[in-house]
Amino acid sequence: MFQIFTLLADFVTVDVLGLDPAAGFGAALHFFVEDVAKIFVLLSVIVFAIGLLRFSLTPERSRQLIGGRNKVWAYPAAVGLGAVSPFCSCSTVPLFIGFLEARIPLGVTMAFLVASPMINEIAVIILAAVVGWKVAALYVATGLVVGIVAGLVIEKLRLERFVEDYVWKIKMGEAACCAAARGLRRRFDYAWGQVKEIVGRIWIFVLIAIGIGAVLHGFVPAAFFADYANASNPFAVPIAVLAGIPLYGNASGAVPVVEALLAKGVPVGTVLALMMSIAAISLPEMIILRKVLRLPLLAIFTGILFVAFTGVGYLFNFVMA
Amino acid sequence: MKTIKVLGSGCKKCRTVAEAIETKIAAAGADAQVVKVTDTAEIMGYGVMSTPAVVVDGKLVHSGSVPGAADIEGWLKS
Repeated sequence: MFQIFTLLADFVTVDVLGLDPAAGFGAALHFFVEDVAKIFVLLSVIVFAIGLLRFSLTPERSRQLIGGRNKVWAYPAAVGLGAVSPFCSCSTVPLFIGFLEARIPLGVTMAFLVASPMINEIAVIILAAVVGWKVAALYVATGLVVGIVAGLVIEKLRLERFVEDYVWKIKMGEAACCAAARGLRRRFDYAWGQVKEIVGRIWIFVLIAIGIGAVLHGFVPAAFFADYANASNPFAVPIAVLAGIPLYGNASGAVPVVEALLAKGVPVGTVLALMMSIAAISLPEMIILRKVLRLPLLAIFTGILFVAFTGVGYLFNFVMA
Repeated sequence: MKTIKVLGSGCKKCRTVAEAIETKIAAAGADAQVVKVTDTAEIMGYGVMSTPAVVVDGKLVHSGSVPGAADIEGWLKS
């Protein structure tokens, strides 16, 4: 099914430009053409399909579903809903306040906020299509666990005092809204709007990531990674996680880099750790969270994720070796 | 006169919504004004967690996405 994209890349690289697709610039260009075509087609189709399905899943609804549950249900529900519910990072602050206001514990709220950007169904489907479903399944499973663990640690440390004071004072009104806005036509409009909005927002990141993937693919010899990023180098995983923090990416955008690194023989744990770090921790996201979290909590939160991602990396490098 | 509030912390989508509504008001010659609300406490006061959201004369009519042109025309008429 995806062969058509390979054929397209063959055509452009070999037939039109007469390059060698096995090495150097030809290989980089082949990777770039194939991935740009494949990922943008996939991205548009998947965002549209998901938009049709999740039309009615809003953060307000998630809040109702999680609120008032006991912890055994609240944590899995939080990471599960976090994984499937879309929200733009500009809604992080109202979402955080809304959850706490509904007396959802801080740990559960943070679990939702970790899982939401990290596991995003669009990225997971693209990861499955480009790299393989096993890696995608691993990514989802460990992502859910990391979300729960991060939430539980924050709960046990009793960090509520590091939430900005004004957050506790806000009283929310009852949302009585928009339930009438249903119907097939609306659903299609919503799904199409999602395609325009999401693709419009992340295309540049995806393009840059494909460019990085292409350069890795064409110009960096596999021996380089075999020397520096092999499973026996204990620093490879933490360095991968650190490298992912400043990278403001989107989980979907990380896929081409993941693809290129795996093809060069970088161990799967190291690559998963990098992808989680790119998706879940970023500087702009931290600046937004700073509005509701005081610095100690923000630092602890980032620290927990750093340790968790590094752990995931070591674990899979060990298990899959 | 109708007061239409656009709720949102100042992200790009919220500006898009405010501009779209202002354009419709001008086109329809409607008797309405647009007010942007960026204060988190006030936004949450309407029970809104996902922005941009729209409030017409104190009543929440939309939240979580950029509304379509038909929706905006509907609010101006009713």
